[in-house]
Amino acid sequence: MNLTLKVWRQSGPKDSGQFETHLIEEVSEDSSFLEMMDQLNEQLLENGIEPIAFDHDCREGICGMCSLTINGFAHGPEDSTTTCQLHMRKFNDGDIITIEPFRARAFPVVRDLVVDRSSFDKIIQAGGFISARTGSAPDGNAIPIPKEDADKAMDAAACIGCGACVASCKNASAMLFTSAKAGHLNLLPQGQAEKDARVLNMVKTMDESGFGNCRNYGECSAACPKDISLDYIAKLNRDHAKAKIKNLFS
Amino acid sequence: MKLDSKIPEGPIAEKWDNHRFSSKLVNPANKRKFNIIVVGSGLAGGAAAATLGELGYNVDCFCYQDTPRRAHSIAAQGGINAAKNYQNDGDSIHRLFYDTVKGGDFRSREANVHRLAQISVNIIDQCVAQGVPFAREYGGLLANRSFGGAQVSRTFYARGQTGQQLLLGAYSSLSRQIAAGQVKMHTRHEMLDLIVVDGHAKGIITRNLANGEHRAWTADAVLLCTGGYGNAYYLSTNAVGCNVTAAFRAYRQGAGFANPCYTQIHPTCIPVSGDHQSKLTLMSESLRNDGRVWVPLDRENCDKDPNDIEEELRDYYLERKYPSFGNLAPRDISSRSAKEACDDGRGVGQGGRGVYLDFGDAISRLGESTIRERYGNLFQMYERITGENAYKRPMRIYPAIHYTMGGLWVDYNLMTTVPGCFALGEANFSDHGANRLGASALMQGLSDGYFVIPYTIGDYLASTGAGVLSPDSPEVKESLDKVKGRIDQLTSIKGKRSARSYHKKLGQIMWEYAGMARNEKGLNKAIGEIQDLRDDFNKELMVPGSGDRLNVELERAGRVKDFLDFGELLCRDALERKESCGGHFREEFQTAEGEATRDDENFAHAAVWEYQGREKIPKRHKEELYFDNVKLAVRSYK
Ligand SMILES: Cc1cc2nc3c(=O)[nH]c(=O)nc-3n(C[C@H](O)[C@H](O)[C@H](O)COP(=O)(O)OP(=O)(O)OC[C@H]3O[C@@H](n4cnc5c(N)ncnc54)[C@H](O)[C@@H]3O)c2cc1C
Ligand code: FES
Repeated sequence: MNLTLKVWRQSGPKDSGQFETHLIEEVSEDSSFLEMMDQLNEQLLENGIEPIAFDHDCREGICGMCSLTINGFAHGPEDSTTTCQLHMRKFNDGDIITIEPFRARAFPVVRDLVVDRSSFDKIIQAGGFISARTGSAPDGNAIPIPKEDADKAMDAAACIGCGACVASCKNASAMLFTSAKAGHLNLLPQGQAEKDARVLNMVKTMDESGFGNCRNYGECSAACPKDISLDYIAKLNRDHAKAKIKNLFS
Repeated sequence: MKLDSKIPEGPIAEKWDNHRFSSKLVNPANKRKFNIIVVGSGLAGGAAAATLGELGYNVDCFCYQDTPRRAHSIAAQGGINAAKNYQNDGDSIHRLFYDTVKGGDFRSREANVHRLAQISVNIIDQCVAQGVPFAREYGGLLANRSFGGAQVSRTFYARGQTGQQLLLGAYSSLSRQIAAGQVKMHTRHEMLDLIVVDGHAKGIITRNLANGEHRAWTADAVLLCTGGYGNAYYLSTNAVGCNVTAAFRAYRQGAGFANPCYTQIHPTCIPVSGDHQSKLTLMSESLRNDGRVWVPLDRENCDKDPNDIEEELRDYYLERKYPSFGNLAPRDISSRSAKEACDDGRGVGQGGRGVYLDFGDAISRLGESTIRERYGNLFQMYERITGENAYKRPMRIYPAIHYTMGGLWVDYNLMTTVPGCFALGEANFSDHGANRLGASALMQGLSDGYFVIPYTIGDYLASTGAGVLSPDSPEVKESLDKVKGRIDQLTSIKGKRSARSYHKKLGQIMWEYAGMARNEKGLNKAIGEIQDLRDDFNKELMVPGSGDRLNVELERAGRVKDFLDFGELLCRDALERKESCGGHFREEFQTAEGEATRDDENFAHAAVWEYQGREKIPKRHKEELYFDNVKLAVRSYK
């Protein structure tokens, strides 16, 4: 198929950036979206033009490194799919495709389509862990965990930290990410000791990192390639309120 | 080069304990005087950095991704082994040890493998304590499955995302140490050289990928946890950024490289669909529990709709050749059989490089909903990539490069032949011999990082004492200039060909001559072709833009350049290993039925390559391997 691509180019964090239009021919419908981008880059190289920078690594939907807002959708139009897993058979010959970086104040552009998502790491550093010193753990079966709880924790832990939730939210809120991360640990018995401190510190860091407020639009969950549920946001709100009250009285 | 494996004295089951007791300790108050560099934040690097930071060392950790949580370990699907014997099905440390030595086709070091089996039980405890949501039974206890042809159920898993969950566990511990100021994390940093002074590793040179800045970092010890080199084949199941650069640079600085020819080919990957292909996707091995592998009996039927090919006209070749293991035959054997069928002209799909994995029988026996429950996510992934519905039409699969057993040679302490430079995880050669069993790489990465290095590094540091090289010393400057020179060289060739085109070509050569089956003539041919390709690269490479900012083409070119050099080393190793063992199959060494023939008399050793300088053939050394606890035997799966 032949396509017209309108791609965002930006030479560095301080540049204002602009769209560039490129035509690309003979794209196989079996290729992935990023393989189509590879093909475009090889074409640019043949003409001595510097390729378009974009983030990617595993190319199988698990590392969370790929991004891109495609025709206005974070990770493109297909549900439950990262950009690297999106395949060109979902597009038609002659389509015009707009490709932009994930946009959010807390995700500054590094170059072209590459953005800086290190604010997510800061949220984890604030409390997204259980303090278990290496070597001091009791036997793995010492605390039985009901299957249902373990499964719910796993549903939350499936988050790949890609940032599509932020990119698709009008307010660029990071609540879905933060709630999934906190929810995973708060649902497990091992996570109880640090639960209050965890939610207070993670939410505080989230707010300080330049993410917007959550207004329950729900776009985040719709865009999430791993279908993380909005229930975790509700749970985080509850846990946060409880922790705040406990804090007041202690 | 002197290879002293430093295997501790005593009976196999007591070696590790004896060693821990006799190793020197660093006094708690002194730990903060030592600086340690950890390159890599996968299971090995993440676990090591977190644990060493927690012990009080000052750690600098590096990765090329934008966050440590994206290391390639994240992609592991199947599970992690541990000799917990929670299922009471006869497992034990000794059995895991035995299976791993045998599975490795008797080409690993017994003492290391036994330690790994011992530590495996602690890993699970540690991960549970961190909150890794392993699969559970209804009673709340940990669930297990059997994996990769093992006769016991010892694999722990978190749905099809075990690597992700283990890595997130290590990453959360690492994050805690970053917050505590014990670890400084440097993301989007690529290590481009090892600084060696008076024979000891004293630091590294990195390029900041986001802004192009080069910098030297000095330390008391350097840990390379940089993963495997499967991408030498261009197409593999590895993440696109996986590279050999860090390990190869260490090799150039004097670290021996062991068994580069030991590569693992995974039998169940989605076949190549065309020239655009940039990576291959693994379909979990668990599919072989219910799927039946076949190709048409007659070549004429290859293009037919598989559902129209009658039962009698299908060749279930694994069931035919290996009646007792059937579709569950080990990875190397299944892979080779698929290649044989395709070489015979009976392959299916694009270019005739594919075989069917058919769930028809399982669906009629168990119902579609059961199959959906077991493998739903994999079928969905398959459909996304191929556009085909595997409930209705058999999957097409083909083997692909998946894992590399070779790596930097290390002694029992995980130290390379350069004192102070350690290698952990897939980057070292140690525990899997010539073939890795399923669910054992995650175990090894975490064992090395959480439980081995914290002891063994202390012994080295306590005997050398603290003393970080000044960043202004001439050795550091020289190293930095050398790296900058290499970068300038790449950008100044100004030819016409992209780095990717060289990488693709290299991959074709490697796959053709150093892939599933190798022979002397082909390997010699490959070496010649790689040398020609390298000459062309040095004349015709094009890297637009400059090195003083983010430049993806420059990153790729640097990695491809190292793969071009490394590919030759791999072929040389394959050429010299005149036997077939595990993942290394030499066509000259097989039985009349096409089974691998090992040569224990002449090749029961690890081959360790020492760099001799540009244009010179590297020197091959040997570490003899001894099998005192597991008797040498022919690996048979008939
Ligand atoms: C698809 C797939 C499925 C798998 N499934 C399983 C399984 O079910 N069970 C199992 O046991 N094993 C499995 N494996 C194997 C296993 O995942 C890996 O062997 C293991 O995770 C490697 O861990 P590591 O820490 O050694 O390296 P990696 O996780 O690869 O980490 C390497 C680190 O080094 C960094 N790095 C690399 N080069 C540089 C450089 N030059 N400069 C700076 N940083 C650098 C990277 O940024 C990264 O942080 C699977 C592998 C694949 C490909
Ligand atoms: S590249 Fe890893 S999720 Fe897309």
